[in-house]
Amino acid sequence: MKGFGTIVLVIAVLAAVPLVVHSNSALNFLVIMLLTALAGQGWNILGGYGGQYSFGHAAFFGTGAYVTAILQVRYGVNAWPGFALGTAAGALVGAVIGALTFRAGLRGSYFALVTLAFAEVLRILASVAPITGAGVGTLVKLDLHASALQFESRAAFYWVILALVAASLVIAHAIERSRFGAWLIAVRENEDAARALGVDAFKVKLGAMTISAAITAAAGCFYVQYFLFVDSGIAYGTRMSIEALLTPIIGGAGTVFGPLVGALVVKALGEGATFVAGDAPGLNLIVYGCVLVLVIAFAPRGLIGLFSWRRAPAGKREAAHG
Amino acid sequence: MFSPVILIPAILNGLMTGAVYALVALGLTLIYGVLHIINFAHGALLSAAMFAAFFAFHLFGIDPYVATFLIAPLFFAFGYGLQRLAIDPASHGDDRNMLLVTLGLAIVIENVLLYAFRADTRTIDLPYAFDTINVGFTFLAIPRVIGFAAVFVVAILLWAIMNMTDTGKAIRAVAREKLGAELSGIDVAHIYAMTFGLGTACVAIAACLLMPSFYVNPTVGDAFVLVAFTIVVLGGMGSVPGALIGGLVVGVVESLSGLFLGDSLGQIGIFLVFIVVLLVRPTGLFGAKA
Repeated sequence: MKGFGTIVLVIAVLAAVPLVVHSNSALNFLVIMLLTALAGQGWNILGGYGGQYSFGHAAFFGTGAYVTAILQVRYGVNAWPGFALGTAAGALVGAVIGALTFRAGLRGSYFALVTLAFAEVLRILASVAPITGAGVGTLVKLDLHASALQFESRAAFYWVILALVAASLVIAHAIERSRFGAWLIAVRENEDAARALGVDAFKVKLGAMTISAAITAAAGCFYVQYFLFVDSGIAYGTRMSIEALLTPIIGGAGTVFGPLVGALVVKALGEGATFVAGDAPGLNLIVYGCVLVLVIAFAPRGLIGLFSWRRAPAGKREAAHG
Repeated sequence: MFSPVILIPAILNGLMTGAVYALVALGLTLIYGVLHIINFAHGALLSAAMFAAFFAFHLFGIDPYVATFLIAPLFFAFGYGLQRLAIDPASHGDDRNMLLVTLGLAIVIENVLLYAFRADTRTIDLPYAFDTINVGFTFLAIPRVIGFAAVFVVAILLWAIMNMTDTGKAIRAVAREKLGAELSGIDVAHIYAMTFGLGTACVAIAACLLMPSFYVNPTVGDAFVLVAFTIVVLGGMGSVPGALIGGLVVGVVESLSGLFLGDSLGQIGIFLVFIVVLLVRPTGLFGAKA
C-alpha cells in the first residue's frame, strides 16, 4: 500500500494550498494545471501503461465538454448528471474508436494517425453542426451555485478538480497493481508475446482506451463548468491532444504521478516564458516542444524516472535497436 | 445534377491540386518507407518553406519558381541536419520516441513561425498569378498547370536518384533490410538523414509551387499534411507510385466533395476516405502486405 499512502499525502498537501494561497490568479494557474494533469492521466492509462500513443485525445476531451454544455443549455439537464453523462459519452466515443482501430489491428504510427483523424473529423463536424452552436460555440449560463456545479470561489473549483485528479491517481494506482494492468504492460512491451501467453490484447487495449477516454472526457466536462464556454477549436483542436500526451511523457509515462509532475513542470515553464518574454503568441508552445524533445533525449523515462531508484528494465535499449 | 461544364473543370482542378498534394505525400512516404515513422514535422516544414519562398520574393524579388533551386537544397540540408542532430540522437532508436520527437519539432517550428511572423496570412502578387490558358472547353490557371508539370519532373528525378545513384541504392537497401545494409558497410545514420533530407526537399519544392497561387501563415502546412497522410495511407505507406496516384485521387475527391457538400464539409470527405482505408485496408491500395 506504499503507493496509495503517497497519493493520500500528495492530495492532502495539495488540498491545503487554498488555505494558504488566496490569490485568484495563483489558484487559476493551479486549476488549469490540475485540469491538464487530469487530461494527461487519461492519456497515460492508454499511452503510458498500454503503449498506444494517441495523438487525438481531444476527441474525448471535446466530447465530454460538448455533451455537458449541450445537455445543460439545450435540454435543461442539471450540471451534475450532465457531468456524468459527458464523461460516459467520452468513454463511449473511446470505446467505439478503440473497437474500430484495434479490430483493424492498427498500431504505432497508424494508431497515432487514425486517432488524430477522428479528432479532426469531430472538430469539423462540431464547427458546422447547429447543435454545437457551429462556429459560435456554446455558452453555459452563469449560475454560481453548487447545485449547478459552479462556484463563486476559485478554491471550491480547485477542490473539485483536485478530487477528480485524486480519483484518477487512485484509478492509475489500482490499474498498476491489478492483473489487468499487468496484461496492459505486457501488451506495451511486446504485443505478440503477450498474445502468445494468452492475453486477449484486443480486450485489454479496448478496456484501457475506454477508461482513458472517460478520464480525459471528465477533464473536458470540468473545463466547461469552469470556463462556461466551448467551441470546436477548444474542444477538438490539436492543442488539447498535444497537452494530453505532453504531460505524461514529460513527467513519466506509465507512472502514477507522471501526468501530475509533467503538468506542473509544463505549465510552470509556460508561465515562466510568458513572464520573461511577455505574452507573445506561440511562446509557451515553443517551450513545450523543446521540453518534449529534451526529455525524450535525456530522460526517456520522464522526469520521475530521473529520481526513481528503480533501474531501467534490463536489455530494453538493446531490444529497441533490433 | 451537375452538367459536364461544371464537372470537368472541377475534376481538372482537382487533378492539379492533387499533384501538389502528391508531392507533399511523396516526401512523407519516402521517409516512412525507410525510417518507418510518420514524420509529424512535415506540415511545419511545409509552412517554413512557404515562408522562405514568401521572403525570397518579398525581400529579394526572387520569383518562387526560381527560388525553388535555392530553397530545395537549403531544406535538404535542414532536413539532413534535423535527422542527424536532433531526431536520431534524441530518440535512441525507438520508434515511439521518434514519433514524439517529430511531433515536438513540429510544435517548435510552427510556433517559432507564429512567434516571428504572427498569425497573419500573407500572399505574394505575381503578374501571371491569374493568367489562364484556354483549353477549349475550360480555362486553367497557369500556376496550377506549372505545378502539375513540375510534380512529374520531380517524381522522375526522384525515381532517377533512387535507381541510378549509389545513394539511392543504399536508401533502398536500408528500407529493405536495415541490419543487412549495415553489415555491408552502409552508414545507416547517414542514409536515414539523406532520406529525411530528400523528403524535406520534396516539401520545399511543393511550397515553392504553391506560393504563387496560395497564402502562407504559420499553420498553413497542417491542412496539407493531413491530406498528405490520407494520400500516403491510401497509396500504401512507403509506395512512391501510390503517393502519386493517391494524390491525384484525393485532389479529385476533395474538389468534387467540395462541389457537392460545400467547402468545410469537403474536407470531411477526405478524412472519411482516410479512416475507412485505414480500418479496412491499412496497407493501402498499392502497399505490400506488412
